[in-house]
Amino acid sequence: MKNNEKILSIKDLSLKVSKHILFDPISFNLFQNDFLSILGKNGVGKTTLIKAILFNQKINSGQIKLYIKDNLIGYVPQFRNLPKDYPLTVKEFISLAFDKSLLPWLSKKEKKRLNVVLQQTRLLDLANYRMSNLSGGELERAYLAQALLNNPKLLILDESTASLDNISKLNLLELVKSYQKEAKISVIFATHDLSLAKKYSDHYLLIEPDRYSYGNINELSDQQLEDANA
Amino acid sequence: MLNYQFMQNAFIVGTLIAILSGIIGVFVIARNMTFLTHILSETGFAGAAFGLFMGWNPLWGMVLFTLLSSIFIGQLSNSTERNDDSITAVSSLAIGSGILFLFLANSNSSSATNILFGSIVGIDKKAVVNMIGLILVVIALVSLIYRKLKFDSFDPIGAKSRHLPVALIALFFQIALALSVSVSAQIIGSLLIFILLTLPAASAKNFAHNVKYMIGLAISFSLAGVWLGLWLSYKTNWPVSFFISLIEFLIYFVGIIYQKRMN
Repeated sequence: MKNNEKILSIKDLSLKVSKHILFDPISFNLFQNDFLSILGKNGVGKTTLIKAILFNQKINSGQIKLYIKDNLIGYVPQFRNLPKDYPLTVKEFISLAFDKSLLPWLSKKEKKRLNVVLQQTRLLDLANYRMSNLSGGELERAYLAQALLNNPKLLILDESTASLDNISKLNLLELVKSYQKEAKISVIFATHDLSLAKKYSDHYLLIEPDRYSYGNINELSDQQLEDANA
Repeated sequence: MLNYQFMQNAFIVGTLIAILSGIIGVFVIARNMTFLTHILSETGFAGAAFGLFMGWNPLWGMVLFTLLSSIFIGQLSNSTERNDDSITAVSSLAIGSGILFLFLANSNSSSATNILFGSIVGIDKKAVVNMIGLILVVIALVSLIYRKLKFDSFDPIGAKSRHLPVALIALFFQIALALSVSVSAQIIGSLLIFILLTLPAASAKNFAHNVKYMIGLAISFSLAGVWLGLWLSYKTNWPVSFFISLIEFLIYFVGIIYQKRMN
């Protein structure tokens, strides 16, 4: 599964949030085509770590090295909270991420890319629906589509399945997995859902308040999981 | 009606203001900045009165005051949670100062009513040129950052995660908004300025579901209000701002009913 091209390297990283050090120094590498699940209980610092990878969080010590341009990261945040009367359609919402051009309208190339992503995220039929009319699973697919629009090399999903029912969770991750296979991107998936992590990941990073472990997902023992989630 | 120079001027400026308000208004609504527009109308009043007091063209006093308060209040609400009390304090001070400046300027009551309620008679050729200049500046500012502004306004979390310079976008927009308020107040008055900058766009949101159409509709609604308002004002000699507010209110009302039906 793993190619040798390094995407991200984290060395002895520790993070501090209001004088409180979140976890012991963490080190790991992420390679192309790798699917890494960041596991741990709520509040252990998964989202803070992701913010640090996105350079939106000050680090206490250690270093984060990104081997791709930071605009090649696609990110699906944990909370979006669109208002109930949110006016935009699905395709208009997704195409907001075409933010580079000065043209007020979409170019032919952009329209083509939008259609490909709509197809890949199975949103073609819903493209002209208003976002406010979508179900939770459909909304997450729209967020995913927006994150994929600019051909990212690294996709980061922060608890994107947390509010979904079981079928929608599996649907979303199946889409991510098949996109990954096609585009050979790396994925970081923060979750506290261990069965999902086991089903889809190549590697895991298990964060606990006083220690962490990293390894091949098959090597993650039930005992470790039990300890972490006790 | 269009034989009169002042009516020609009013129509030219009114049309440009309607176009400007349609564009800016869509972002005002998306960014939840209706409150700032209200405050700007009050500081705009103080600015215009200050302009009179200093012997300037009131438009430039208004530009100065709205720019300063837009940037100040905008930054305040970017950095911390919005504090309604401090905003109320700013607006009270603005109204109070406006009244003082008017008093000190020894101006007659018609200058005060012109500032507060607008005037279609008071627009001369020089004012038209000034306003066209300002309107072009605002449209240029918005065009320059259109896609980024759109992203940040309709999906701030997504925009931030793409590392867009959101603070800079907000600053650009606050400047554009302040200039729009100053320009529009010349015809509709500072007291009712938020009508054109918020209602047509709020109505458009009920009918259109992409930003381009929302802007198009907001411009059309503004134009309908301004053109009809000017005509009715000419015919009846009643204040133009009354007619504009009535028309925009009716459009908004129809929009709400339409939206309810669609749901």
